[in-house]
Amino acid sequence: MLNRYPLWKNLLVVFVLALGALYAAPNLYPDDHAIQVTGTRDIYTVDQNLMSRVTNALEKAGVEIKSSELNERNGLVRFPDGEAQLKAKDIVASVVGDNYVAALNLAQTTPEWLTSIGAGPMKLGLDLRGGVHFLLEVDLPTAVAQKLDNYNSEIKRKLRDEKLRYRTVDTLENGALAVKFPKMDTRDEALSFLRKEYPDFLITNDDRDGAYYVVVNLSEAKIREIEDYALKQNLTTLRNRVNELGVAEPLVQRQGRNRIVVQLPGIQDTAAAKKIIGKTATLEFRLEAKTTASRATTETYEFRSEPGRTAVLEKAIIIKGDNVANAQASFDENGMPQVNINLDSQGGELMNRTTRNAVKRRMAVLFVEDKERTVTKQVNGETVTEKVRYQEKKIISLATIQSVLGNQFRITGLDGAGESSELALLLRAGALAAPIYFVEERTVGPSLGAENIELGLTSVQIGFALVLIFMLVYYRVFGLLANVALTLNLVLLVAVMSMLSATLTLPGIAGIVLTVGMAVDANVLIFSRIKEELKNGLPPQSAIHAGFERAFTTIFDANITTLLAAVILFAMGTGPVKGFAITLSVGILTSMFTAIMVTRALVNLAYGGRQLKKLSI
Amino acid sequence: MTEKILNFMGLRKVATVFSAVLLLISIGSLAVNGLKMGLDFTGGSLVEVGYEQPADLNRVRGQLEAAGYDDAVVQTFGSPTDILIRLGQDHDPKLGDKVVAALQEGETQELTLRRNEFVGAQVGEELREQGGLGMLLALFMIMVYVAFRFQFKFSVGAVSALAHDVLIVLGFFSVFQLDFDLTVLAAVLAVIGYSLNDTIVVSDRIRENFRKVRKGSTIEIMNISLSQTLGRTLVTSLTTLLVLVALAVFGGEMIHGFAVALLVGVLIGTYSSIYVAANVLIMMNLTKEDLMPPEKEEEVDDRP
Repeated sequence: MLNRYPLWKNLLVVFVLALGALYAAPNLYPDDHAIQVTGTRDIYTVDQNLMSRVTNALEKAGVEIKSSELNERNGLVRFPDGEAQLKAKDIVASVVGDNYVAALNLAQTTPEWLTSIGAGPMKLGLDLRGGVHFLLEVDLPTAVAQKLDNYNSEIKRKLRDEKLRYRTVDTLENGALAVKFPKMDTRDEALSFLRKEYPDFLITNDDRDGAYYVVVNLSEAKIREIEDYALKQNLTTLRNRVNELGVAEPLVQRQGRNRIVVQLPGIQDTAAAKKIIGKTATLEFRLEAKTTASRATTETYEFRSEPGRTAVLEKAIIIKGDNVANAQASFDENGMPQVNINLDSQGGELMNRTTRNAVKRRMAVLFVEDKERTVTKQVNGETVTEKVRYQEKKIISLATIQSVLGNQFRITGLDGAGESSELALLLRAGALAAPIYFVEERTVGPSLGAENIELGLTSVQIGFALVLIFMLVYYRVFGLLANVALTLNLVLLVAVMSMLSATLTLPGIAGIVLTVGMAVDANVLIFSRIKEELKNGLPPQSAIHAGFERAFTTIFDANITTLLAAVILFAMGTGPVKGFAITLSVGILTSMFTAIMVTRALVNLAYGGRQLKKLSI
Repeated sequence: MTEKILNFMGLRKVATVFSAVLLLISIGSLAVNGLKMGLDFTGGSLVEVGYEQPADLNRVRGQLEAAGYDDAVVQTFGSPTDILIRLGQDHDPKLGDKVVAALQEGETQELTLRRNEFVGAQVGEELREQGGLGMLLALFMIMVYVAFRFQFKFSVGAVSALAHDVLIVLGFFSVFQLDFDLTVLAAVLAVIGYSLNDTIVVSDRIRENFRKVRKGSTIEIMNISLSQTLGRTLVTSLTTLLVLVALAVFGGEMIHGFAVALLVGVLIGTYSSIYVAANVLIMMNLTKEDLMPPEKEEEVDDRP
C-alpha cells in the first residue's frame, strides 16, 4: 500500500499554515516607544497645527523623533528608544497645555497591508508590559440606602399632596419604610394610593401598638435595579476619569455583581493614575449674584463649553454634587431638550428652602475638578519643573428658576440634545453613585515587565531547542518531521492568539513552554505505534498507516481531558492565570492539528509515494 | 508480541506502600503545617524593590521598623539585589512609594519600585474558595468524561491517580513551605491535565488489550499494556521535564513556583499512571466482561 493524502487535504494543510504565518507575522515587528496626544474632552481636537508645534519643540530640544502622525482621535509621536520618549514627555506636556493629555505609549508598527486584513500582534499583559491593575468594590448597600432616603421624602411629599395625614415615615433596619398613620381609614386610603403610585413595590398594612402602618418594601427586582444602576454609574464615572489619563488601551470592566476592574497598561506614573481613579470630582449648585450684591459675596467663573464667557455667582453653595441622585437627558412637552435631576432628601430640602425666595433668578451648576499641572520656572538660572495641584471650577449650566424646586426638577433652555446628554453625564459623573473601595491592586514597574518578557522568551527558546535536539536524536528522520510540526505549531499558536487578540501574560508564556513539551506527545504516540507495528511484522507503509490510525483515538481522548482542565482553569481563574489557560487550550488544539494532519502530510511526502524496505524510526 | 514484557505489577505491593507513605506524609504535613499561602490567598500588601548592589536584609528590616512598618516580612526574591516585602492588610495607594522612600534614606544607590500588589482579605478568601472549587470541579468533570468514554472502573482509577498526584504536589509545597499562590494553583490544575493525559493513554491500551488478548490474567494484560506504553510514557515525560527545567532555571523568580509544582507533578504523574491507575483497576477487579460488548474495532483500509 502507499500513503498519499488527497490533494484537498494537502491544500488544506498549506492553506492553514499560510494563514497562520500571515497572522503571526505582526509579532515580528517590535513596538515603537511613542507619546500619544489626546484632548481631555471632545471639543479639544488634535490637529496638524498642534502636532507641528509638538515636533518643533522636540526638534528644538534636540530629541530625536522617528515619526509623527495624526489619527482620527489623537496624535502620535514615535521615538527611536525609550530614553528619547521619557525625555520628550515633559516637553510635549508643556507644549500641549492643560486641555490635552500626553501619555507614554507603545505604538504598533504592523505594516498597513497586515492591519488591513485584521492582523495585529498579541496584546501583552500587565506583568509583561508594566502598568496598574485595580479591582474596585462598589458599596452597594450604601447605594440602596441612599435611594431609600429618596423614597422616604418622596412618599412624604406625595402623601402631603394628596392630603393624607401621616405621623412619621421611618426606615426600618431590614430596609423597609414604615409609614405611621393616626387613623385607620387614612391608612387604607394611603395604602391603595401608594400601591397605585408604586406598582412594583411590595406594600402591606400592619397594626401595632394602637397605630396603623403601611409598610413599603422594595422588591428584589427593584433593589437589583438600584444596584445595577449604581454600578453602571460608577463604571461611567471611572471610564471618564480613565479617559483623562490618555492611556493607550485602558480596560474598565464590571466583574461579578459589585466589582469593577480597571487596567492601565504601560502607565509609568502610577501615583497619578491612582489619584485620578480615586478622585471625587464634585458639583456645586449656586445662585447667580444679584447686580446689587457686594463684591465680597460673589465670585466670577468661566463657562466650560465657551471659554471666555463668564458669569458672577454667589459664594454661598446651595447643594453639592453628592446630593444629586440621578440625572437624565430627555425632552419636554414641546420637544425641547432638558435634563431631569433627582436630588436626595437632604438636597431636596436645601433646594426647596433656597429657591422659595429665588424664583425667576438664575441658578448655575459648577463643575469642580481636582487637577494637577506641571509648572516650569527659573530658579537661580536653572529650569525646574514641579507639579502644582489646583481646583478648577467651571460653569456647566446657567438657567432661570421657574418655580420653587424640590428634590425633582429639570434644567431646560439647552441648545440641543447633545448638550443635554453631556450635562446629564457631567451631573452624574460629578460624583460616584456609591462609594468605592480598592480591594486589589497590582502595579508592575516597566523594567520588571521588560525583564519578564526576556526571561520568558529565553526559557521558551531553550526549552524548544532541548526538545528539538532530543526528538532528532531519538527518532531521526521522523524526529525531524515532528520538529517541523512542532515549529509550525508554535507559529499557529502565536497566530491564533493574535487573531483572538488574547492577552499574553507571564504564566501564558509558561503555558507556551509547557505546550512545546507536551505537543510532541501526539507525535510520540504515533511514532511508538508505528515502531510497534513494524515489530509485529507489518510492512513499512502499512505500519505508518496503522500507526496514525490507531493512535488517533488515544490522542483525542487524552487531549480532550486536558482541554477540560484548561477550560475550567479559564472559567475560574483571573488575570494572569486566565492567560495560562488560554495558551494551554489554544496550544492543545493547534498541536492536535499539527501533530496529526501536518506530520501526516510530511510523512506522506517523505515516504508515501514509494515502496520501502526499512524505516528509520 | 516480540516486545519484552516487564513485570510491573509484581512490584505493585511495594508501589502501594510507597504511595501510601507519600500520601501520609503529604496529608500529615498539610494538616499540621498547612500550605504557606501566598499573597493571592491571604490578602495583604507586597512591595518588590530593586537594588543596584546586594541589599542587607537586616538593615532593610531596621529601616522599615523605624518607618513604622512593624509587621513587614522581608526576603530576597530570586537575586540578592531584589527584595520582597510583605505587609499587613490595609490598602494604601502610595504604599510602594512610601516604602521605597523609607529605604532610600541614607542609601547612595538608586532604588526602584519594581512591583506593588495589594489583595483585600475578602478577595483572597474568594480566590481560595474558587481555586478549591475549580480543582474539585475539574476532577468531577474528568471522572464523568472517563466514565462515559471508557468504563466506570477506569474513571475511578483515573481520578484516584489524579487525587494522588494533586495531594502529593500540595504535600511537597507544604513540607518545604514554598509559597502557594495563584500561579502554583494553575500549575496544579495543569498537573491534573498532564497526569490525566498519561493515565488515559495507559487505560486506552489496557482496554484494547483486554479485548485483543484472549489468554492471560488481568495482571498479565496489565503488564503487557504498561510495557507497550512505557516508551511513550518516558519520552513524553522527558520532553516535558526538559522544558520545565528550562522554565525553572531561566524563567525567573515569578514563575519559579509554577515550574517546581509542574516538575514534581510530572514526575509523580508519570509514576501514578503506571502504578496508581492500574493498581486501582486490579483492586476493583476489572474483568473482560466489564469491557464487553466492545464497539467493533474498525479496520478501514483506504488502499488506493
